[in-house]
Amino acid sequence: MNPPADSGAVVLRATGIVQSFLGTAVLHGVDLELRKGEVHGLVGENGAGKSTLMKVLAGVHQPDHGSLELDGEPIAFTSPLQAQRAGIATVYQEFTLLVDRTIAENIWLGREPRRGPLVDRARMLRDTRELLETIGVPDLDPSLPVRQLSVAEQQVVEIAKAVSLDATVISMDEPTAALADHEVALLARIIAGLTDRGIAILYVSHRLREVFDLCTTITVLKDGALVGTWPAEELDERTLVRQMVGRELSAFFPDATPGTEPGEPMLELEGAGNDFVDDVSLTVRAGEIVGIAGLQGAGRTELLHGIFGADPFSRGTMRVAGRRFRPRSPRHAVRAGLALITEDRKTQGLSLNLTVLQNALGVVRAVFPSRTRAARDAMPSALAELELVARGLDQEVQFLSGGNQQKVVLARWLAVAPGVVLLDEPTRGIDVGAKFGVYEVMRRLAASGVAILMVSSELPEVLGMSDRILVMRDGRLAGELPSTSSEEDVLALATGADEEAAA
Amino acid sequence: MSALAQQSPWQRFVAALGTPSGAVFVLLVVLLIAASIANPRFAEPDQLVRFLARTAPIAIAAIGQFFVIVSGEFDLSMGAVIAAQVVIAGNIIGQDEAMILPGIALMLLVGVMVGLLNGVLTTFAKVPSFIVTLGMMLALYGFVRFLTGGAATGNPVDSFREIGRGLLGDVLPYSVIILVVLAVAAWLLMRSPFGHTLLAVGDNAVAARLSGTRTAGVKISAFVLSSLAATVAGILLVGYAGVHPSIGTGYEFQAITAVVLGGAVLGGGRGWVLSAAAGAIALELLFTVLNQVGTDSTWRPSVQGIIIILAVALGAVAWRTARRPPSVSRTDAARDPDPIPTPTPTPGEQ
Repeated sequence: MNPPADSGAVVLRATGIVQSFLGTAVLHGVDLELRKGEVHGLVGENGAGKSTLMKVLAGVHQPDHGSLELDGEPIAFTSPLQAQRAGIATVYQEFTLLVDRTIAENIWLGREPRRGPLVDRARMLRDTRELLETIGVPDLDPSLPVRQLSVAEQQVVEIAKAVSLDATVISMDEPTAALADHEVALLARIIAGLTDRGIAILYVSHRLREVFDLCTTITVLKDGALVGTWPAEELDERTLVRQMVGRELSAFFPDATPGTEPGEPMLELEGAGNDFVDDVSLTVRAGEIVGIAGLQGAGRTELLHGIFGADPFSRGTMRVAGRRFRPRSPRHAVRAGLALITEDRKTQGLSLNLTVLQNALGVVRAVFPSRTRAARDAMPSALAELELVARGLDQEVQFLSGGNQQKVVLARWLAVAPGVVLLDEPTRGIDVGAKFGVYEVMRRLAASGVAILMVSSELPEVLGMSDRILVMRDGRLAGELPSTSSEEDVLALATGADEEAAA
Repeated sequence: MSALAQQSPWQRFVAALGTPSGAVFVLLVVLLIAASIANPRFAEPDQLVRFLARTAPIAIAAIGQFFVIVSGEFDLSMGAVIAAQVVIAGNIIGQDEAMILPGIALMLLVGVMVGLLNGVLTTFAKVPSFIVTLGMMLALYGFVRFLTGGAATGNPVDSFREIGRGLLGDVLPYSVIILVVLAVAAWLLMRSPFGHTLLAVGDNAVAARLSGTRTAGVKISAFVLSSLAATVAGILLVGYAGVHPSIGTGYEFQAITAVVLGGAVLGGGRGWVLSAAAGAIALELLFTVLNQVGTDSTWRPSVQGIIIILAVALGAVAWRTARRPPSVSRTDAARDPDPIPTPTPTPGEQ
């Protein structure tokens, strides 16, 4: 191994990167410099543009504007393969391994060492063993199929693959998201070994403590723009969180309808858990809006799916309107008066080829067919009240805007008059006007005694709409906050930064 | 501004003819005219009725296949079900008139069982319906060969065969009456909550499940309807053609061709049931016309193969363009600055 003689030289420089999807800018002129042998943390809220920036560097996206320089030479990638050949390797959150192939076969996939026309298996195994030794995991058997490996070991294979490509830059997207503590230590050791060899690491993570443990430099993105880059020792977690959030409450929220008071408990969980969440206890009362905050992957959607019977709870008790009830299926839940407005209305909420009316009556027809006629008679006025803009009730919903599609989703659930409404990212991808409409519907439902549980990644929305805020982390409730809390409080609890402070 | 503008009935009729499921009726009229020009006698009422009677079994099969296709699946076992039912009729009913009702009951029961098995294997065992019904087809053909030894055996009593070939009051074939009754029933069923739920499952099974739909139950019902339709087609065909193990061969593909020609989208979620029946009739008309102009009937499978590929290729494109709102009406949408629903939320963060 060559000791990095010119440690600290800039190896990769991105300048003014602009990236848009379907006319929406996701990155607005971001700059980034990676130096030899550094671990560069890239942090920001959900949707800040971290993964997009990483994919620009990896050649997955071609930026609309801006330039890349590798070792001082301008470069432009038209494919991930080019970036890889240039020495920029990427370890994605979702692994790209073939689970029924061995470690060695995965690492050398598509560039197997040959002897004549055949693959030289012996050499492939030997090279893999050497490679694994170099990165500090000599006891991993190269002939094991990937299926038999733990998540941490699979990640090691991904990293080994990157090293085998002679990468000078390795980006890692949320590398520790699925790892246990001792596995994180292994990863840290491997990373230290890589930086000793002069490799630059771009480390994307939500876990601020690890960012501080591992990184020498930290860059913060917010809403697709660069907030700044600092040496890690100049920051502490509180400051970092403020840099990540640092915004005014931009949206405005309707006040609670006068006279809306919390009533009887409508939804109660005690120690509820399934394969994705564990030990969740909470109460939502009639007329209450309870917000659930947390990072992506904290188990918020999974909690709603548990309550709704889509991934039924296997542990704990659940009560609806005071009666013990644990739904076995969404149908079971709907019959008990639950409604779920899903996170992704296009893949989980609507039948895009069907009309506005067919979609709006979808739940009634499926679960309470005898009420269809009454619901159909009431639907035009119900849709008008939601201020739906469409060419007619027989227009297919795929041609509606996101906001109007969401109104159709609301209409299909309002038609069955649920007592508990679960909302998952209710204003994702819709414009400000439509957002306000969704908020008004929530206030109106609360005033009529409906219990509302809302998952949202938009902190202003959580703070502006909720009576109380539950924060999830790693599949559990990390704590409860009053609606008067600040974004920093929520984010600190969601990332675990507060425990560091308390310790 | 009226947010929910309504079209006039005439506008809706014209727009409907522009969709693939509407266009098949135009095709039907064109082919009818062509057939009448090629052979003026074809346009006479008794000839038309006779043609319709001959087409009834395949039209009924197409109606059954429609339910399965619109739910997002396939039923390749239809032809084998027809063959099995024909053989069952020959063996169980035979020359004993007293056995007609029990025989029909048994055939319907077998139809229900086959449909249930197809549906349960597709939904609960998660075997693709293409494979399940292909396997069912082979299994049933084996069963038929075992019973018949591969040759025509047994002939049910004439009064049973009257269902397929008889006339009501010497004018109207029973088969046409059965076709009309079933078509109306299917049309009503597609307008019921079940029909709408079937479309919703075919369009987006995940969304349907999260809306409280029993998606498995809905699909199983579609398979049962398909097998029952094949059973009825079998009963009619016995009257027409007697008992032979080759009866029904190829009906599954002819039914699928008819459904696709009727504008239904493979993969589910789109289509009109009456257009499927119209597709079956149009297909038979096309063969008639080809026959009239002297094309050798051996070309029949080739024509059918070309049609099914063309219909699928054109159908998907045509549905999109036919139902896209004209751009002038975007004035309403202009109020909403988000005309193209943005993907959730930034693709990079997924």
